[in-house]
Amino acid sequence: MSAPSTTGHEAGHGHHHNPEDRLALLKQIWMFSTDHKVIGIQFLCTTLLMLMVGGALALGVRWQLAFPWENMPIFGNLFAGEGGQISPEYYTMLFTMHASVMIFLVIIPVLAGAFGNFLIPLMIGADDMAFPILNALSYWFIWPTIICFGISFTCAGGGPGNGWTSYPVLSALPQAAPGSEEAQFWWLIAVTFAGVSSMMGSINYMTTIINMRAPGMTLFRMPLTIWGMFITAILQAFALPVLTAAGFMLVSDRMLGTCFFIPSGLVVNNADPTVGGGQPLLWQHLFWFYSHPAVYIMLLPAMGMVSDMLSATCRKPIFGYKPMVYSLAAIAGLGFIVWGHHMFTSGMNPALGMTFMISTVMIALPSAVKVFNWIGTIWGGRPEFNTVFLNCVAFISMFIVGGLSGIFMAAVPVDIYIHDTYFIVAHFHYVLFGATLFGVFGGIHYWYPKMFGRRMSEGWGKLHFTLTFIGFNGTFFPMHLLGVAGMPRRYADPYLHPYLEHLLPLNQFMTICACLMGCAQFILIANFVLSWFYGEKAGKNPWLANGLEWVAPSPPGHGNFEVVPTVYRGPYEYSSPDRDEDYWPQTEPPVRKSPAPQPATEPAEASHDASAQS
Amino acid sequence: MKWFWCLFFAFWPILAIAVCAVAPAYGWWFPSAAASPLGQRIDDLFYMILIITTITFVGTQAGLAYVLFTGARRTDPDVDQKAWFSHGSHQLEVIWSVVPAFVLLFIALYQLDVWADYRVKDMFPREKMSQLLEDKLHQKRTKHDSLALAEVTARQFEWRIRYPGFDEDGNLLPLMPDPQPTDLYTVNDLHLPVRVPVMINLKSQDVQHSFFLPELRVKQDAVPGLVIPVWFEAKSQQSYALLCAELCGWGHYKMKAQFVAESDEAFLEYLRELQRQQFFDGVAEAAESAEDDE
Repeated sequence: MSAPSTTGHEAGHGHHHNPEDRLALLKQIWMFSTDHKVIGIQFLCTTLLMLMVGGALALGVRWQLAFPWENMPIFGNLFAGEGGQISPEYYTMLFTMHASVMIFLVIIPVLAGAFGNFLIPLMIGADDMAFPILNALSYWFIWPTIICFGISFTCAGGGPGNGWTSYPVLSALPQAAPGSEEAQFWWLIAVTFAGVSSMMGSINYMTTIINMRAPGMTLFRMPLTIWGMFITAILQAFALPVLTAAGFMLVSDRMLGTCFFIPSGLVVNNADPTVGGGQPLLWQHLFWFYSHPAVYIMLLPAMGMVSDMLSATCRKPIFGYKPMVYSLAAIAGLGFIVWGHHMFTSGMNPALGMTFMISTVMIALPSAVKVFNWIGTIWGGRPEFNTVFLNCVAFISMFIVGGLSGIFMAAVPVDIYIHDTYFIVAHFHYVLFGATLFGVFGGIHYWYPKMFGRRMSEGWGKLHFTLTFIGFNGTFFPMHLLGVAGMPRRYADPYLHPYLEHLLPLNQFMTICACLMGCAQFILIANFVLSWFYGEKAGKNPWLANGLEWVAPSPPGHGNFEVVPTVYRGPYEYSSPDRDEDYWPQTEPPVRKSPAPQPATEPAEASHDASAQS
Repeated sequence: MKWFWCLFFAFWPILAIAVCAVAPAYGWWFPSAAASPLGQRIDDLFYMILIITTITFVGTQAGLAYVLFTGARRTDPDVDQKAWFSHGSHQLEVIWSVVPAFVLLFIALYQLDVWADYRVKDMFPREKMSQLLEDKLHQKRTKHDSLALAEVTARQFEWRIRYPGFDEDGNLLPLMPDPQPTDLYTVNDLHLPVRVPVMINLKSQDVQHSFFLPELRVKQDAVPGLVIPVWFEAKSQQSYALLCAELCGWGHYKMKAQFVAESDEAFLEYLRELQRQQFFDGVAEAAESAEDDE
């Protein structure tokens, strides 16, 4: 099954795993390795670095909203020519690049890139990905993205200032946003590279999951993490080409004058009227056709990871495994037909608004089912209140808020009012930070021992969690209120409008919370780095979990498993009354207790396995 | 320590609800009661969804707190009990799929009316609008003429407003799709009659903008290349904020304007004053004042 990749690998690497060398993986992360674990860790380190960059940009935004036109400390020196003051152009660049970095260089690559790479072969019992070289390329294509974003910062004007959505005509005509002429071009190229990276990953994940599962690993014995990754890969593969095509159309509008998105007769910034013939709404349709599914790309793997972590930390089978799988699939399926809800006020046909509204409201259903099942998973469990569990509970708790606030904007008439206000900003931060990033923080603590053979510090982990949780809610919860108060997004100085003046103190409070949250991330970084060297050593299975990854050594050597694992059951058989231990690894052959149980009372799956064995 | 974490997760939703409860007192809520009938229906819808989501929020967070507390209890040293070995419950899955499905479907269908009234052209209150134009403003019009009273063109970074002018007899003309020599112009100052549905044609001269009247709960993107009709009805005679809600460049935040709702007479008088200013050539008035001197 996995023979081609094995031979390809062995030929490419003379490296053999030394179980004593716990930093073996670490030593490879600077090499052009094709080992999926190394690539996963490379992705993880890169995205953590980018998380700090994106966070710093966000603090710039927060500074301006709390202390408009005041000289900014620390980062202010970067643009000393303006006396440390954030100009309106610079402000548009800050929120544009904050979103771009966080989406294209943090959330998407940390889930699919870091955890997808590291976990997929380990959790399905493969020795590597199906296409290791393609896999390595998918990581190395992140760097052109970073470089192009970097170049865009150095362009005149300080960077692209058209929002991460880059709506034309603003983004299509260089004279529309003075200062971002070159920068917007580099931004588009960067996003294309990020897309190439994602596409290579997603083809690899689909192939690996379909073809390289260990013997006995049926589809419905796969951990939910793998389901999340699998469905995400499908979403990527089908949605991403549309964005790539749209990106090139926008580039050619800018460079070749093609006017896909530019109507005729526009007089922009006193330049000659445009020739045109295009339609700006076309971009919105194409952009959101990718970028709405992308929201689920940024969420589904985290949902899967949290399911796995919850089950292991609560010592309890996942509640409703199949409904969980079906709702993942339903979210993905519906995710393809809801993009129009970003365009309710755009002037498209109102009948479209109605259909998109109904599909959008209905996507709340599988999300609700998932929340109930997570709560059901904790119900009757024996949770250990460790960092992993706390982050997972935060994931659920925050996802509830993000899901419920989504219903407001799914309701078209309400969306008329809250569209493009801070209510929207609150909503997607609750989903993307509150849910996904807490899931990622949990995942880092949970799979760290497998990556590096050591555990991260619990005390520092909990401190990081507490500060992040408080800082997060202090920053983003009041945004709902700002939105209801009618404060629009992307305003360099909202207080110019008298009805928003009184919101300044609340914004200052939020900025203080944001700084707290930003500082807390240094704890995570320090804990992450120092635990490489000083963390408590971990064995193969520090969490006493069932998944296949816990059968491999920590860290696993090249080829992952010492023997090819055979899978006898699903990954969530915790606390089975048939066993003394409260876990039941997927690879452990079923052993009958004496006296032999009656066949009728035997669990259906176990008997099936037993017969399959015989 | 585990009890601390249980309290931690139980406490924050209480705090969140408390903050929302005191928010209106600090002005962290709607800028004012909705100043238009349709806005009022939007607010009602908002509050209905707020009630449904608050119940769900409290229910799920309480459920989460409950399973945390009972789970923590199971790990006490005096309790020697394995976790509950359960793979789920078909009945519960059905209940918590079907019940939310009905609630969500209800929300989806319940609001279609408001959306249709706001956006579907055939549902616009055309009767009332033509009554206003013909009976109150004495506009000479055929039935094919636009019902719009003004054309609002957004550009970086201002709102340009074009009103129809008057004919030689002093009657208001209909708004034509293209500029006419009689048209009247202002910038960032939109005047329209109060307590009656009025319609504007929304355009953009350069990039995308969005016409946002927060107090009236009106928002509509101005899309280059499209002319989008927008209707609204202000309840009281006052000035409202008008701003841009779609990123349109560095000066996005500066697109500050006002919308003044006034009586029909005041509106006509406003247009006449505009006409006087616009067609002032310095000669007529000088002649008049010369006559007065005599």
